[in-house]
Amino acid sequence: MNQKKSKVIDNPVVSIFRGNMGIIAVLVIMCIIVTVATDKFLTANNIISVLRQISINTYIALGMTLIIILGHIDLSVGAIVAMSGTLTVGLIVNQNMHLGVAIVLGILVGVMAGFISGSIVSNFGVPAFIITMAMMNIANGIAYVYSGGQSTRITDEFFIAIGTGYLFNVIPLPVVYMVVLIVIFSFVLSKTKFGTYVYAIGGNREAAKLSGVPIKFIEITVFTLSGLLSAFAGLVLCSRMYSGQPSVGSGYELDAIAACVLGGTSMTGGKGRISGTVFGAMVIGIISNGLNLIGVSSYWQLIVKGLIIACAVLLDNQKGKLSFLRKKK
Amino acid sequence: MGQTVLEMIGIKKSFSGIYALSGIDFSLELGEVHALLGENGAGKSTLIKVLGGIYQPDCGAIKINGKEVNINGVPAAREAGIGIIHQEIVLVPYLTVAQNIFLGREITTKSGTVDFEKMNLKAAEMITSLGVDIHADSVVEKLTIAQQQMVEIVKAVSFNANIIVMDEPTSSLSNEEVKQLFEIVARLKEKKVSIIYISHRMEELFRISDRVTVIRDGEYVGTRNTSETNANELVAMMVGRNLESFYARNYSDLSKAETALEVKNLTCEGVFKNISFKVRKGEILGFSGLVGAGRSEIMEAIFGARKYQSGQVFLKGKEVKITEPMKAIKAGIAMVPEDRKKQGLILCNSVAFNTTLSCLHFCMNGIAISRKKCRDIIDYYAEKLRLKAASVNIDAGSLSGGNQQKVVLGKWLATKPEVLILDEPTRGVDVNAKFEIYSVINELAKDGMAIIMVSSELPEIINMCDNVCVIRGGEMAGYLSKDELGQEEIMKYAAGGIK
Repeated sequence: MNQKKSKVIDNPVVSIFRGNMGIIAVLVIMCIIVTVATDKFLTANNIISVLRQISINTYIALGMTLIIILGHIDLSVGAIVAMSGTLTVGLIVNQNMHLGVAIVLGILVGVMAGFISGSIVSNFGVPAFIITMAMMNIANGIAYVYSGGQSTRITDEFFIAIGTGYLFNVIPLPVVYMVVLIVIFSFVLSKTKFGTYVYAIGGNREAAKLSGVPIKFIEITVFTLSGLLSAFAGLVLCSRMYSGQPSVGSGYELDAIAACVLGGTSMTGGKGRISGTVFGAMVIGIISNGLNLIGVSSYWQLIVKGLIIACAVLLDNQKGKLSFLRKKK
Repeated sequence: MGQTVLEMIGIKKSFSGIYALSGIDFSLELGEVHALLGENGAGKSTLIKVLGGIYQPDCGAIKINGKEVNINGVPAAREAGIGIIHQEIVLVPYLTVAQNIFLGREITTKSGTVDFEKMNLKAAEMITSLGVDIHADSVVEKLTIAQQQMVEIVKAVSFNANIIVMDEPTSSLSNEEVKQLFEIVARLKEKKVSIIYISHRMEELFRISDRVTVIRDGEYVGTRNTSETNANELVAMMVGRNLESFYARNYSDLSKAETALEVKNLTCEGVFKNISFKVRKGEILGFSGLVGAGRSEIMEAIFGARKYQSGQVFLKGKEVKITEPMKAIKAGIAMVPEDRKKQGLILCNSVAFNTTLSCLHFCMNGIAISRKKCRDIIDYYAEKLRLKAASVNIDAGSLSGGNQQKVVLGKWLATKPEVLILDEPTRGVDVNAKFEIYSVINELAKDGMAIIMVSSELPEIINMCDNVCVIRGGEMAGYLSKDELGQEEIMKYAAGGIK
């Protein structure tokens, strides 16, 4: 009996299911409701489209998961999306820069933003909430100053292909990136020293320090990663929209945080998992997609989205009690 | 004998079918200090919570001055004249002493605003009547822990409490502060206040209590007059068996042993200066001194967790520059820190996670962590330390104090150190776990590990160490070898009797 039990826990698929029971329940319930309400939901086309829609939020949410596990928060991600995207497109179109160089520069700007936030937070112990809020303003400002508030159209074929291309003519490239990133981040968080240290710092900073965890290095790296992912998200987003727009990233930080929280990442740090965040991002994506298909106006969508997020978190909180009920049966 | 003010008869209390208290009798006389003694989990806290109205007993009666009372809540306890000083201070840090004392029953002027002048005056009166030196209008946050505790006592007395319960009041006080506390206790006794005193420190009980009641596993074991008993008898009552040798130590000849760690003139301005000592393989070197003397800080500096200005550290004769804990770990130094909850463990993570956190460099398989290698390490140390945990996957925070300490010890042994620093290795640990930890330490020393043990418990220092450094005010005040060790000698150096 005992052996059987430990076997069950060791199976990664089962473990993902057990760990995220609450959010999976929400996901399934939502899917059932939308499927009953409209027959357009459960089609291959629509599912691919949902996956494409959630991919950008997922890139950002992966970095956010690490940051929240560390016990911090990053409010600058949306602004970095806008800044990197606008700069990359602008450099290609206005400055006639070589495509590859422009992309690298765009990404580097995001990386730098994350690195600076991380360094300040880690070296001076300033709350990340404040520093990343400042970074949010600065990055937004740079995007608007550079573009003069105007959106810039881009027609470069290769650039457009980054966000609109397909693998085997079926799977959109953004979804491919998403899957690759999820695999990498799951591995890093659960199987490497780096990931273990992230959990340790979030759980108890002082104990982690005395255990030989290089706190500053880990913190700065995680913020830098978050900047990198946001810049990448900006690149893919601009490519998909054929343009660089300075207003494009607003609200992305909140969606990313919502995905993490829905997925059970603890806002006090120390707890969380990549699989949870992915399910969280799916829930958020399906809310928008489902409501669109049913034909709910976008103003009402905001209200419904808020309510669903609140209910989902409540349900997830009750996870312990749910499994208790199950045992009783 | 005096008049009985409080009687608890056959108190039983169970939580989901498990008895925490199975029929405890307890009586308290007018103006006496009655110590309540028992291991962690023996039921002391539960008994106090029953008395304080936080728990309702399943059966049994409480009589105050001969009359049966029903204490069905905290206000009822207060009305019955019971005041409880909890282990954790429960004052509002940003309010003044007077505001805290009168919290929830502020004195008001005619127009309904708070009359601060009158409150300060009244508070000052109460404070002086207990012989305490605290200003009524100082902010609680700025007071020392000892002073805050005294405010708590004043507050309890201000409710006309004639039965005061003190739950481990000295756990975070220095010796001087303990003395002050005991003076207040004496003054309360004069005022015919009866005191129930809970403490783990045996020598304190002998200093201030009149009687001792021992409970074990929720059961009443016995009551003794303090003057007619001794520490051995009380420990035997607590543990339920005779401990022939509580401190297991096989001394070995160290004259030929190799020096493992040597420290020369280590100085950290304002914290400690000119600290020099050496530890040999197989030696247990004790560090004694008063709380705040700088012992833990010295250890942190050696371990790379604290910067120091000058001085040298040698490992097996070679000078090492340790600037961060990871370098210390790789060099073969491990440190079990003073406060296991704040510094030792990540409480929300599993026993397994905690055990391998500092030795992940032994568990790598390329860039991935090998589960099997981790598992082997965890199993080995869980077995070696006789860890009692339902599974290694449960949160470290859910374990008892003793088992938590074993996890911390295992975590550091897993780094395969040559020098092991133990800072208060048995603080807040029950008697059985203490015994097991001592035997592990003894075995490590026998196998040739150099061990530094910082401890505030003198019996532990005297019975376990080969040599002892006494620290006073950040300086090395004395060095005692095993034959010179005694409570008086150590205290003389620690408190500054001789130079």
